[in-house]
Amino acid sequence: MCHQSVGLIARVVEAAGIPTLCMTSAYDITQAVNPPRAVFVDYPLGHQTGKPDDLDNQRAIIGDALNAFETISKPGTIVRLPYVWDPNDRRWEETDYMPGFRLPRPKKDAADLAEQERRRRYRVANPG
Amino acid sequence: MPIAYIPRTRELYSAYAPYRWVVNEEPPPWTPLRKLLAQCKVALMSSGGVLYRDQPRFHREDASYRLIPRNANRADLSIWHFGYPTKDAEQDPNCVFPLERMREFEAEGRIGELCDPAFTFMGGVYSARKVREELAPKIVEELRRRRVEALYLVPA
Repeated sequence: MCHQSVGLIARVVEAAGIPTLCMTSAYDITQAVNPPRAVFVDYPLGHQTGKPDDLDNQRAIIGDALNAFETISKPGTIVRLPYVWDPNDRRWEETDYMPGFRLPRPKKDAADLAEQERRRRYRVANPG
Repeated sequence: MPIAYIPRTRELYSAYAPYRWVVNEEPPPWTPLRKLLAQCKVALMSSGGVLYRDQPRFHREDASYRLIPRNANRADLSIWHFGYPTKDAEQDPNCVFPLERMREFEAEGRIGELCDPAFTFMGGVYSARKVREELAPKIVEELRRRRVEALYLVPA
C-alpha cells in the first residue's frame, strides 16, 4: 500500500513541476501505479534504503538511486539494483505476505498505551 | 524474481473483497531534472510512519503528514505503521527514512542542499483518492514554499 501511495504522490508532485524518484521493493505495485522514476531493490518490505545499521549497504543503495535520478530519461523507468538480501537464506521470498504471515497489529488499548508512553518519554526528555 | 505482492496480498486477505490497485497505463507526468543533484535542493519523504518526539501517531486511513527536522537524531524518531514489519526500522529508521545518509550526501556535496524539514506519512492508506487529492497537493505546497528542486520518496 505504501508503494501505491508513494507512486501517487510522485505523479502529482512531478506534474506540478518538481522531479521525483521513488524507491521500491514491490515491483508489481510500482509498475501498476507507474511513477516517473523508480529504483527497485529486491529486499523484504521495510528496508527500501538498506539493512539496519549497515552504512555501506545503505550508502550504496541510496547512491545508486541518486545516480538513477540523474540518468533516467524515459518516463516510467524502473531501474533494478543488483543487491541480494541474503544469498544463503532466501526463505523470506517464499514466506513474506503468504498465508500465515503476521504483521504486528496491536489492539486499540495497547496502541493508546504505547502512545502515552512515547509522549511521556519525550516530555521527560524535553521539559517545557 | 521480484515477489508479486498483488496476488500474494489478495490471497492473504482473501476474507475481504479484493483491493483494486491503482493501474496507470498512460505515461507518467514528467519534469526533467535540469541540474545535477549537487546543485539541487532535495527533499526526503518517507511513507514509513516515522514520528518525531511526541508528534501524534497516525490512524487508519490517515492522510496527514509530519514534518521531521532535518537534524533529528535517531533517538528522536519512532515508527507507527502496521503495513510492514517495523522491527528493523525501529532499530534503524534509515532503513525506510535515510535522514542520516542524506545529511552525509549533502556534506559530501553529492546533493546540493537537504530540505529542512523532511516529510513522513503512514503509507497504508487504502483510498487512492485521499492520497491524490488531499495529501499530495499539500506536499506540493510544502515543496514549492521551500523551493525544493527534487523529491526523493521512500516507501516502506
